Amino acid sequence: MAARSSDRFPMQNVDPASGYRPLHVFPRAQESWWRTAARTAFPFVVVGALWEAVARLQMFPSRLFPPLEVVAAALFRLTASGVLPHHALETVLRLLAGFALAAIVGVVIGIVMGRSRLAEDLALPIVSMGAPIPGIAYAPLFLLWFGLGNVSVVLLVGFVSAFPIIFNTWTGVKAVKEVWVRSALAMGADDRRLFHKVILPGALPYILTGLRLGLAQAWRVLVGVEMLAAVPWGLGWMIFGAREFLNTDVMLAGVVVIGAIGLALEKLVFKRLEDFTVVRWGMMT
Amino acid sequence: MSAFPDRTRSMHRAATSLVLVAAAYEGIARSGYFPAALLPTLPAVGRALVEGVLDGSLPGHAVSTLYRVLLGMALAVVFGLPLGILMGRFRPIEGFFLPLASALMPIPSLAWVPVFILWFGLGNATAIGIVFYAALFPMLLNAWSGVRSVNPLWLRAGSAMGADERSLFWKVIVPGASPFIITGLRQAFLRAWIAVVGAEMLAASDWGLGWVIFDAKEFLKTDVMLAALAVIGLIGFVFERLVFGTLERATVLRWGMVREANG
Repeated sequence: MAARSSDRFPMQNVDPASGYRPLHVFPRAQESWWRTAARTAFPFVVVGALWEAVARLQMFPSRLFPPLEVVAAALFRLTASGVLPHHALETVLRLLAGFALAAIVGVVIGIVMGRSRLAEDLALPIVSMGAPIPGIAYAPLFLLWFGLGNVSVVLLVGFVSAFPIIFNTWTGVKAVKEVWVRSALAMGADDRRLFHKVILPGALPYILTGLRLGLAQAWRVLVGVEMLAAVPWGLGWMIFGAREFLNTDVMLAGVVVIGAIGLALEKLVFKRLEDFTVVRWGMMT
Repeated sequence: MSAFPDRTRSMHRAATSLVLVAAAYEGIARSGYFPAALLPTLPAVGRALVEGVLDGSLPGHAVSTLYRVLLGMALAVVFGLPLGILMGRFRPIEGFFLPLASALMPIPSLAWVPVFILWFGLGNATAIGIVFYAALFPMLLNAWSGVRSVNPLWLRAGSAMGADERSLFWKVIVPGASPFIITGLRQAFLRAWIAVVGAEMLAASDWGLGWVIFDAKEFLKTDVMLAALAVIGLIGFVFERLVFGTLERATVLRWGMVREANG
């Protein structure tokens, strides 16, 4: 049963066994903390110096290519005045609302598809038709249907991030070993216990991968959609709006904050979640 | 596992489900609860699609979108692949570029659109730059992990049999890393395809499928939007299944690096 799932879909290369896994592996001899920090900082210092040199030599108009301290000053000014935190907060709230929607709906659909052959046959063609269309392409359609503003943005973010969650949950449920299910049944587990004690933990590594991919997609589409949807607050809108006034320093400050939030979502939220669940249960190392 | 009767039943059900969804949509569209401009019937969408194809406008938009994607992808491969391989082979290069890549990767490519518009102006250069940015990191990181995942035993066996650095590279490292590299190409295309549609909506002048959708919104031509969406989905599907599937069969499957999953 598990064999037929892996070859059929665009999302196939996202199973936890392939792709980015070796990224975290960084085997090196023990070395002091500050040497590691210095080595990590070194490339940034080089690139920063290059940027600074280009900006100072005025090769491009400094309005368009501001020196780093101007960007830093903009970052500081906007943070101190509370504008930037407000933009960031609205963006994160939209992300969380859309993602929560996608997580709940996606996991439920994925599990139902994994457990019932009928549901799988009915839902799969629809899901696999929607998946290869980039989420941002739906944006104008959603704006027409649900109006400019938050409703469209949250629905679109949810819609887009639901696909990887559905695919991975479905794959995960199908990848639960038949032997585990049968031995649980032989030991007298009812449906409910089977689900809680065997299927859910067994599928969890895949579900978490799906959630992680879904969140990454949600983040990517949200920034773009905020530029289109004319919401009053939000980082995407801030960057896009700053373009009108040639405020390149504000735009770059916004890009920095977007990168920082993206990194934090990946490193803090999901790393923790994984450590608490699948790593602790010994499903993944 | 007798796949055959199972499979025909699945096909029947899949067809049934598509027909049901189409019928439900058609029913809602015809019911008149929603304005026809927002929810066009399927024949209207089909007509928009056929008209667009016949008068040559949709193929023209598709060609300019494809041009942007392919050029941006090609640039990303030209830069990302060698750099990723070098990062996998040489520690100092890895130490320099990996932190930079990890810092830039979490920034969505669309966040750069306004900046790129200021730098490169509206039009092709911006769209290609965004595609390049979107496709670069999947390419780079997959090439890097691919080279690092080459079994060290193969390298040692190769050297023991007298392979020099050059033949080691072509005969061991490249084939060994190829499943990752192809995965990288796939992911790069997926990212690039998203990026190009977004970039065209925000920055395109007057050609491109993303621009068609965005422009049709202004005139409430929902049928044109849905037709363009169908074309975008179709091209994405064709690339994913035909282009990359064929590439995979011609390389890694033939070399026995990965097995085809068939039940």
